[in-house]
Amino acid sequence: MKSIFQAAILILLVSGILIFINHELNEGGSSGKNTITVYNWGEYIDPDLLKQFEEETGIKVIYETFDSNEGMMGKIEQGGTSYDITAPSEYMVEMMAEKNLLLPLDYSKIPNIKHIDPYFLDLPFDPKNKYSVPYFWGTVGIAYNPTLLEGQTFESWDSLWDPTLKQRVILVDSARETVGMSLNSLGYSLNSTNLDELREATDKLKALTPNVKAVIGDEVTQLMVNNEAAISLTWSGQAADMMYENDDINYVVPEEGSNLWFDNFVIPRTAKNIEGAHAFLNFMLDPEVAAQNADYVGYSTPNLSALELMDPEVVEDERFYPDEETRSHLEVYKNLGLELLGVYNELFLEFKMNLR
Amino acid sequence: MTRDLNLMERLPMKNNRLRSIYSVPYAAWILLFVLAPIALIVYYSFFDLTGNFTLSNYRNFFTSVYLQLTTSSFWYAFLITLFSLLIAYPTAYFITKTKHKQLWLLLIIIPSWINLLLKTYAFIGLMGLYGPLNALLEVVGIGKQQILFTDFSFVFVSVYIFIPFMILPIFNALDKLNPALIDASRDLGANSWTTFKRVVWPLTINGVKSGIQVVFIPALSLFMITRLIAGNKVITLGTAIEQQFLVTQNWGMGSTIAVFLILFMFIIMLFTTGKERGATGNGKNR
Amino acid sequence: MERIGKLPKLYLAIVFIILYAPIFYLIFYSFNSGGGMSDFESFTWEHYAAVFEDKRLIVIVLNTIIIALLSALLSTTIGVIGALAINFMRNKKMRNAVLSLNNILIVSPDVIIGASFLILFTMIGVKLGFASVLISHIAFSIPIVVIMVLPKLSEMNPTLIDAARDLGATRKDVMTRVILPFIQPGIFAGFFLALTYSLDDFAVTFFVTGNGFSTLSVEIYSMARTGISLTINALSGIIFIVTVALVIGYYALNRKMKAPLAGVKK
Repeated sequence: MKSIFQAAILILLVSGILIFINHELNEGGSSGKNTITVYNWGEYIDPDLLKQFEEETGIKVIYETFDSNEGMMGKIEQGGTSYDITAPSEYMVEMMAEKNLLLPLDYSKIPNIKHIDPYFLDLPFDPKNKYSVPYFWGTVGIAYNPTLLEGQTFESWDSLWDPTLKQRVILVDSARETVGMSLNSLGYSLNSTNLDELREATDKLKALTPNVKAVIGDEVTQLMVNNEAAISLTWSGQAADMMYENDDINYVVPEEGSNLWFDNFVIPRTAKNIEGAHAFLNFMLDPEVAAQNADYVGYSTPNLSALELMDPEVVEDERFYPDEETRSHLEVYKNLGLELLGVYNELFLEFKMNLR
Repeated sequence: MTRDLNLMERLPMKNNRLRSIYSVPYAAWILLFVLAPIALIVYYSFFDLTGNFTLSNYRNFFTSVYLQLTTSSFWYAFLITLFSLLIAYPTAYFITKTKHKQLWLLLIIIPSWINLLLKTYAFIGLMGLYGPLNALLEVVGIGKQQILFTDFSFVFVSVYIFIPFMILPIFNALDKLNPALIDASRDLGANSWTTFKRVVWPLTINGVKSGIQVVFIPALSLFMITRLIAGNKVITLGTAIEQQFLVTQNWGMGSTIAVFLILFMFIIMLFTTGKERGATGNGKNR
Repeated sequence: MERIGKLPKLYLAIVFIILYAPIFYLIFYSFNSGGGMSDFESFTWEHYAAVFEDKRLIVIVLNTIIIALLSALLSTTIGVIGALAINFMRNKKMRNAVLSLNNILIVSPDVIIGASFLILFTMIGVKLGFASVLISHIAFSIPIVVIMVLPKLSEMNPTLIDAARDLGATRKDVMTRVILPFIQPGIFAGFFLALTYSLDDFAVTFFVTGNGFSTLSVEIYSMARTGISLTINALSGIIFIVTVALVIGYYALNRKMKAPLAGVKK
């Protein structure tokens, strides 16, 4: 009996000490007026830049992370938090704007917007960039490792259906990407709302079953790097991560077309320090900052002036900075509404259940 | 278990009110963190995407997709529980026989304090085609095998996750077992198996049941592992709920599946507590 | 106590090797100068240095430990009370009903728990952060404690209580001198598994946290998209070594203090 109470007191004591240490480490972490809370994906910014921003502006940055667009929106919608900046993907910008969760940007406070490639501005998901500035962008394509293959190439989506690729292909656990790939291979739009086209795409996807090794998420990077998998449907950002660690891997955007995606900075309704949030946006659009950040994260930046400051070998890599011709085949996701999103996911679930 | 019920009456209680004051935190917990969320889930389950009242979610559940998910969830939860028990029981038993048993027991729990996602990534590396496990298989002469994304890898990693939850209650039951009882049984001429079946097992049945509860019930709603280790070749109700809530944002359907999960759990509880009476009966006959 | 044979030793050895294999794998690659968990390039301490340079990470680790310890302690307290209440229930049907309610949080997927707790907290106006995370962790750890304590309670021989009562023990005495010592192994089991629940949880914490408060799990999961850095491996290595050292140290100390009493037994 005594030992139970002793243990309890010991735990309280240890917790007390830890709380004290933590308090000391947090030095004045009180959310005074000049702080902003940035809500971003994990490891998606160069931490040195946050320090630089704090030094230049005197605004303290509190950094929190999320792991999915939907989870992030759920938190912002419910309130109770005071995020000043967050980084949704393009379809999520549209959805959040629809739900009235975003504040319009004041471009008089973001002069650095002039550095952004006009090609990436005023897109349908956010006309006139009322709510968002692009942060990183990329494509969806096929990452493959030629050393594990027998000379197959992937200029076309259809080459995934090659019968010699039994159990070799990894798909991504996301309905829009995987069903979209099948739609693209049939020559349909990624944003198809035609149920017959969707049915046809699902049936074609089911025919891919013998070639499918697994349907997974972010773990694909590790599998490709380990040579565990030879071919995967993946986002260009992740392909860049793979290639950084395994030189054998290549990435291609098939010619039938594919998806063009964006991650964007927005100021959500929960913002408390709107002035500071604008300062942060302007800071991140500074060419030197953007170049350093792109170098750290390894994704493609939409900042034209930054490109001039970056390693030409990176900037001229057509796989990650595709030319006009390739770009013209790319489509940005439209927000199809929850009902159709449900249909995509049901069809995708049907395909997944068919895997065994 | 009339025995326990008497226990209460034997406690020298001044009055019932005093006793219930002590139960307030637990009762408050049930009210706030169990009943309130359930009410919320049941409420949501009656609404469709556009916020209209509907019973269609319930109708949807009885389509082949969800029934198939249900049976596969139960099947895998069963396998996971069975293997956990088969591995945990001897482990717990042998640990009670070691010199520093408390220390060994703690060493069983410590691995579960390292982040699960990290350990899962480690398993992806360990079980990979070029990982140490396959290297071992090759040395032994079996040759490279596709281990990841199979039923084996899924059940293996799930058992890995749940094993401490099974070992602890069984250890606690075995540890207090009076060795004199076993000696007596031996002296009476019972062999090891009979001793186990007639003496050890009935006395540890409560621990085993606790273990089964804390493995089987959460195994029904496993997710993440289904994707990382099974490559979505295994899909459970938990995965479906996660998808409905996070991806499709169909909270209505997600809640409906959750309502069924909770119903299944109630049925399991009924089933296991029903068994309890039988076990005690055995004990009394002894 | 009888000695443990060769075969059981081998069996235990295999179990322990499997339990620790992934952890040693993680630690092995924490010394990799390459970027990830494959292709060991050369030995380096740089990831360990990175851990100590990252103040934000250290704060998060301490947060995680504080939440785990406090939530496990409080949930154990409430859970033991709950188990006693359930055990002493007269009505068998009522007992089963409460037990089933108890298990609901175990069967519910984390997303649902997280989402409904978030709604609950914003409704009653709890500020998201340390408090909301602590309360949630207490809440989802209570059932496991109850399940661990109950079998010990039902094993208890009622004559023990009778005897104590006959000897003139008060209600408090019966509780602190008879019941609690008897169910102590169950209490410790519940406490340690509550720690596990707390340290492992990602989804619930994700939903109910805010205002700059974060735990290690949330941090690690949100790194998944861009790749988990080896700094996290190094950090896990440090946590692991420290934990094992503390446990063994505490155990040895405890034995030493008890040794004079237990010495005869040897």
